[in-house]
Amino acid sequence: MAGKVLLTLNVNGEQYEVAVPVHKTLLEVLREDMGLIGTKHGCELGECGTCTLLVDGRPVLSCLALPIELQGCDIVTVEGMASGGRLHPLQQAFAELGAAQCGYCTPGILLSAQALLAEVPKPTRQQIRAALAGNLCRCTGYTKILDAVELAALRTDGAADVAEATR
Amino acid sequence: MYPAQFDYHTPSSIQEAISLLTRLKDDAKLLAGGHSLVPMMKLRLAQPKHLIDLRKVPGLSGIKEQGGAIAIGALTTHYQVESSALLKQKCPILPETAAQIGDPQVRNMGTIGGSVAHADPAADYPAAVVALGAELVAEGPKGRRAIKADDFFKGLLTTAIQPDEILVEIRFPSWPAGTGMSYMKFPHPASRFAVVGVAAVVTVDGKGACSKAGVGITGAGTKAVRAKGVEAALAGKTLDAATIQAAAEKAADGVDVQDDPLQGSVEYKTHLLKVYCRRALEAALARAKK
Repeated sequence: MAGKVLLTLNVNGEQYEVAVPVHKTLLEVLREDMGLIGTKHGCELGECGTCTLLVDGRPVLSCLALPIELQGCDIVTVEGMASGGRLHPLQQAFAELGAAQCGYCTPGILLSAQALLAEVPKPTRQQIRAALAGNLCRCTGYTKILDAVELAALRTDGAADVAEATR
Repeated sequence: MYPAQFDYHTPSSIQEAISLLTRLKDDAKLLAGGHSLVPMMKLRLAQPKHLIDLRKVPGLSGIKEQGGAIAIGALTTHYQVESSALLKQKCPILPETAAQIGDPQVRNMGTIGGSVAHADPAADYPAAVVALGAELVAEGPKGRRAIKADDFFKGLLTTAIQPDEILVEIRFPSWPAGTGMSYMKFPHPASRFAVVGVAAVVTVDGKGACSKAGVGITGAGTKAVRAKGVEAALAGKTLDAATIQAAAEKAADGVDVQDDPLQGSVEYKTHLLKVYCRRALEAALARAKK
């Protein structure tokens, strides 16, 4: 069965139909078959967290996920964070504080942080560290990343304020 | 990076999965969370011609209480174990262990059954499985059988599960009142795998003496083992600091501690085992007295 399979994937609230070989990972299907190149290739083996995206709201490594298993799931990539031309509060905070240097790990970190803030709106520094433990950054030394997540949390006080901030 | 090509199967029942496994034999691999198997496939260390995905099989996931014991479905993720209110109350060493596995992304996909059946020598769950005296339930063409934890881990990446069997459930027996439990690990700073990990479960009676103890070791050797010397040194004793120290000194007895340039020398890991065994026993005892 070296042929392709037809998959229906729900990514950033849109349904996509793609015909892909079953052994391609979600990371490759997003980038090569769907043109969503915000999700980055890193170690390819589940160690660095660069390919992180959200599946049903929880951070998952797209380099180890087969898209065929994720049909019917709600997949969110970094392209799905901004709303109506406005950056997500996390993206805004990262940009303002310079919480990226080369920026390669940033999409994965933003999504891990988004999942954290959805569960714990006002996380402690330690909770942020734990939530980002699976995302490696080789540039920043992490301090500004932690600062940016704290700033975004400070600015978003519950769902109503998120809507306000992104209007 | 792609794995080699494979045929993908999604059985909708455990019977269908077993008949696929029986028919395809060594050409097939079972897929649970995929966080050990898929990296091995990408590195071409594993090139199964068929993948049998167990995630759509109903009834393989979930945590329930059955007659005092806890039954955890093999496909239950580390995150589900980590966040289970039932386990935090009834068997807190399991959430404590799950929370120390890898990172959040790994815990969202990796499963308890996948980890235990893969039998990585540095995996975390096996220490608790041995210490608690769990039963591993395997299902094959002849039906279900329960394998005792002490008979389950056979060697490096090798268990008592037969090629036509599937690990479907892990049962953890209830321990008496007055039991405390703790899992302590020294994680490898990069991989977070256990360089050494010690699960300690101790029961103290009304007079403060140890009436029951289970100690499981992972990381140091080729497989998870019971620290029989430690358990014997605790049995019937009043657990003061000197007794715990003396028992912990036996943590490496019977463990085939491996020399590893990335994980440490035999001497280093033997020392860590004793230290982490003492810490796990102290924490378990403190909780038993609460």
